[in-house]
Amino acid sequence: MAKIVKKERLSADLVRMVLEAREIAETRKAGQFIVLRINEQGERIPLTIADADAKTGTVTIIFQEVGKSTRLLGSMGQGDDILDLAGPLGKPTHIENFGTAVCVGGGVGVAPMFPITEALKEAGNKVITIIGSRTKDLLILEDEMKAVSDRLLVMTDDGTYGQKGFVTQALEEIIKSGEKVDIVVAIGPVVMMRAVSEVTRPYKIPTVVSLNSIMVDATGMCGGCRVSVGGKSKFACVEGPEFDGHQVDFKELMMRQKTYMKQEHESLECFLNQALKK
Amino acid sequence: MEAKERMQIPRQKMPEQDPKARGKNFDEVPFGYSEETAIREAQRCLKCKKPSCVAGCPVEIDIPGFISLIEGGDFIGAARKIKETNALPAVCGRVCPQEEQCEVKCILAKKGDPVAIGRLERFVADYERNAGKVQVPKIAVSTGKKIAVVGSGPAGLTVAGTLRLLGHDVTVFEALHKTGGVLVYGIPEFRLPKAIVEAEVNYLKEMGVKFVTNYVIGKIRTVDTILSEYDAVFLGTGAGLPLFLGVPGENLNGVYSANEYLTRSNLMKAYLFPKYDTPIVRGKNVAVIGGGNVAMDSARTALRLGADNSYIIYRRSLDEMPARKEEVHHAEEEGIQFHILTNPVAFIGDENNWVREIECQKQELGEPDDSGRRRPVPVKGSEFRIPVDTVVVAIGNSPNPLVPATTPGLDTGRKGNIVANEETGLTSRDGVYAGGDIVTGAATVILAMGAGRKAAQAMHAYVMNGKKE
Repeated sequence: MAKIVKKERLSADLVRMVLEAREIAETRKAGQFIVLRINEQGERIPLTIADADAKTGTVTIIFQEVGKSTRLLGSMGQGDDILDLAGPLGKPTHIENFGTAVCVGGGVGVAPMFPITEALKEAGNKVITIIGSRTKDLLILEDEMKAVSDRLLVMTDDGTYGQKGFVTQALEEIIKSGEKVDIVVAIGPVVMMRAVSEVTRPYKIPTVVSLNSIMVDATGMCGGCRVSVGGKSKFACVEGPEFDGHQVDFKELMMRQKTYMKQEHESLECFLNQALKK
Repeated sequence: MEAKERMQIPRQKMPEQDPKARGKNFDEVPFGYSEETAIREAQRCLKCKKPSCVAGCPVEIDIPGFISLIEGGDFIGAARKIKETNALPAVCGRVCPQEEQCEVKCILAKKGDPVAIGRLERFVADYERNAGKVQVPKIAVSTGKKIAVVGSGPAGLTVAGTLRLLGHDVTVFEALHKTGGVLVYGIPEFRLPKAIVEAEVNYLKEMGVKFVTNYVIGKIRTVDTILSEYDAVFLGTGAGLPLFLGVPGENLNGVYSANEYLTRSNLMKAYLFPKYDTPIVRGKNVAVIGGGNVAMDSARTALRLGADNSYIIYRRSLDEMPARKEEVHHAEEEGIQFHILTNPVAFIGDENNWVREIECQKQELGEPDDSGRRRPVPVKGSEFRIPVDTVVVAIGNSPNPLVPATTPGLDTGRKGNIVANEETGLTSRDGVYAGGDIVTGAATVILAMGAGRKAAQAMHAYVMNGKKE
């Protein structure tokens, strides 16, 4: 059982939650995730840790309300209990002083990008951060990211804030400006991570992406999260979630993520109908 | 009763759900014995002076002893007699392969049908539970020793129960949100109702065993940090890493490992979707690759999820099939279709990455291989395709590496299994014991329990005398 210590809405459908989880807060490292289950009927939801505080014994998650489970989670408030919480899971990000690191976060992917950016900065890297979203209202963690970056660039698709355009454009400009980039870490929608990997490929800049494939147990037992990396099948939950972006079969990943599209609609419809009745 | 008279009683049948009807529900298939049939069956036991059935039991249940009690109508006494060496009789009565353990050794099996030991075990365990007569046994005086058990499957539960009885302070760490390991995520409701597993775990809780769920050892804590707080550790983490065939198309949508398919259905109750949130693909044409119990469970689950055709694709013949005869029989009765001597060589998908067909190749049997079974040899030009929309790969598991990878000095074998002494479960690390599938690779519930029982005895000696046994 994990208590919700704090809940805050960052935008229309983005929610930040601080959860009581002392041991996870003490042991987690950048890049790791948790799995939670809201109630007895609930599914196991993997969410990357956005932040943690070992002193208060809390971990922070940020999620987008998309389907039934995330909406139900978003409807919970401070003081409510989440039935199950397990973590930290997955391999931590490989952190060292690479030199110059560019951290790219898109949409809700900015959240898991934060601890990695923080760790890269602490390791002595020059950190250039690019965050982006569709529009101004959906942009998150600008101040937090600014605090752990040497330089912060903000992009919005519609130009309502920062520069107009995609994060990949900003990344390309940095590389073309002659800045020697030693590593790029990108987290966001699969299309964005694929685009980032394509930008860096010709320059042979090592590029790390964090994959959110469908998981059940998240301990290596089910294999549902398998992704093709360099032509080999890998389990994202135990061998990842981070992989070499130049080796990942993003097309397969995108199609695998659609496996339960029909059921997800059905589940959401049931949930919304019930909410209406209430 | 004279032996001659006993031998004239036929082996008592256990009533079952009609095969047609049960293919559409997840309720348990057999109903179990009535009191009368149980007594009648118990009367068949010849009470051998040197009973060989006991030697066939990995946990050495006093089989003639409990059967005598049944014959005398003392069902509760019989249940308690079993529990002297086996904390999970309702589970074992259902899923043990008695036909190759106790029952195959029964003297009656030489000339006819052996005593239905499994059915009797199941009957008394259910009787005790249903009567509300489950009683917490007397726990020995506290030893002040702390034992950690990693994994709450059959091996871990056995170690926990055995060591708690001896007065140790036992804590079981489970990675998932529910206790029971393979008993809850792997074995389907229609073969082992989850309420029964829960009742057996509750029995251990009442004995004072502590359970910590959602706790992934190797991640949140390592074995070494546990060892700093506990006197000994038992690793029963199971064979939790599914094997795939390594043929093209295995990452198509609709291709599952048996672990995932069964976990979704059993642990997450996807068969009750959308009441439960976890989805599962309800295929119309489902092919299960493999010939073990897990393959049978998967094919029968597919049927219950609404498949029109549920196939077993197995590369050897029925004779080599590792599944229990009873499970194969149940599957056949329910209409599962067997493609034997058939091996998948590729999965073929559509433009949206969904599996649509399996390319198969016929096999013939050649010389025996390492396993002693005749090796399947491909028949050239025999390729054919089976239309499918769901595939379940049930060809086994390798050991989950989370614990071995984070425990320095813990020796592992070629396949990543933990190396442990067969008699004691002791690993290459002092105070660290292991048993069950993490040591042997995928095996049976009762073998894991047998290993747990031996390890528990060795661990007891170790924590009491510091003896490395």
